[in-house]
Amino acid sequence: MNATTIRDRAAIVGIGQTAFGKSLGRSEYDMALEAILAACADAGLAPRDIDGAVRYDMETTDEENLLAALGNPELGWFASSAWGGGGAASVLVLAATAIAAGLASAVLVYRSRARGKQSAYGPGAHQGGRYWERLGSAPLTGLNKWHVPHGLVAAFQEMAMIAMRHRTEYGTTHDQYGEVAVAFRGHAARNPHAVMRAPITIAEHHASRMISDPLRLLDCCLETDGAVALLVTSAERARDLRQPPAYILAGAMAAGGHHIRLSSFYERERRHDGAPRAARRLWGMAGVGPGDIDVACFYDFFTPLVIMALEDYGFAPPGEGGPFVERGGLAWPDGRLPSNTNGGQLSEAFIHGFNNTVEAVRQIRGTSTAQVKDCELAFVAGGNTDPTGAVILRR
Amino acid sequence: MTGPLPQPTRDDAEFWAAARRGELRFQRCASCGRFRHYPRPTCPRCLSREFTWERSTGRGTVYTWTIVRGPTLPAFETALPYNVVDVLMDEGVHFVSQVLDCPPEEIHAGMPVEAVFVPAGDEITLVKFRRRPETMSRVGTESERVAFGG
Repeated sequence: MNATTIRDRAAIVGIGQTAFGKSLGRSEYDMALEAILAACADAGLAPRDIDGAVRYDMETTDEENLLAALGNPELGWFASSAWGGGGAASVLVLAATAIAAGLASAVLVYRSRARGKQSAYGPGAHQGGRYWERLGSAPLTGLNKWHVPHGLVAAFQEMAMIAMRHRTEYGTTHDQYGEVAVAFRGHAARNPHAVMRAPITIAEHHASRMISDPLRLLDCCLETDGAVALLVTSAERARDLRQPPAYILAGAMAAGGHHIRLSSFYERERRHDGAPRAARRLWGMAGVGPGDIDVACFYDFFTPLVIMALEDYGFAPPGEGGPFVERGGLAWPDGRLPSNTNGGQLSEAFIHGFNNTVEAVRQIRGTSTAQVKDCELAFVAGGNTDPTGAVILRR
Repeated sequence: MTGPLPQPTRDDAEFWAAARRGELRFQRCASCGRFRHYPRPTCPRCLSREFTWERSTGRGTVYTWTIVRGPTLPAFETALPYNVVDVLMDEGVHFVSQVLDCPPEEIHAGMPVEAVFVPAGDEITLVKFRRRPETMSRVGTESERVAFGG
């Protein structure tokens, strides 16, 4: 075994979550702990067995909070991934790295968000609700000074501009956006955890209001409350635990452009940006290709970004992501690549990508509500217009 | 529409000082000649730390765009719906701004625009754009294609 790789060295052995909803009236701290304890119970591990932790740097339940609420586990390795949802899979790469290096034996990976539109409890940055509404009128000291004064204040507006460029380049259509939204809603309809379960049609997608051209309401992820936790151990230890392991076959991360900085986003050609670079390293490590994947969980913050992810990760050539999703291309069970079989962040909940990872684990275990038959390989990606990453899970 | 305003830093003070004078200036590498924006200490191509602040022609074409229909910040709500554009400047840099006095349905990729200067406080002048006559096709200029694909 090559000691310098994370290939097949670690496995996800526990998953936990809270209920998901638009306004649960709970703190992010409280929800995080419910999900963490649920993941421990699922794995058959005691919370005090946790000796590693990985989170987003913006996570409000930090290591101090963890120690105080988990009975002071001997946390010996901890790390965070920057820039939010781009790191949805990178957190697993970091966990697997610690396992492969022998720096930790049970790594907790978690995310909690009380970010429903109505979920702000107070005015502070850690009090839930929509982050961008807190910009107020304070002087802009960061790189947001280059776009916020012109009315570009939230991710959906930045993504709209990236999606619009993809339309200009390749002729991507609203019908193709609708295919993504309809397929994922169809999956959510089967998933009791999903916040949005009423099936929709392409016509209903087209009738939803325009938010920021070319994005309609039904092209956008939900704004929800909820928490998710996962536990990662070594592949050897995983075999003795309660659940069928979801082995981390391969993983890669890559710094790259960020949607928030459009002024520099287009300095790189797409094929040299984060997601395509992560893809090359991912497939190289895995020894399998896009055509071998049984189920995919793309970072579905916006429908056109799923189409771009298909191209970034080699499931379709550049410009062919739109045609790929046509005629139910991502729909379970008969699509060419069943994807986001939980309903994704468009219809299940927006837990910053972590709920999609839990779904990939369920697919490997054989317990999804839209189970892909004989599922052996699951692909999970972080947001592909941020510094990003992806992993492949195997049975 | 006036919302939150930039706080200049040592890295970008010259940009804001120039804008106050009605000039759009970008950093240009003194070694390889490449322009860059936003301001930063080194050239992303050759890593040289030597640069000058060069005056832009102020001209470019719309590279991509959106029409914001809400939600947005309270300060911008009265302006809804409004456009935001990414302008590919003649110098090859991208610049996020807005096109003034342009109906939403007329914004398109490849639209030629030129800079105008809109004071937004004692210290800050924002660089916005207005249309200039169409001379190229609607899908984009040659320089735009080269910048994206080449």
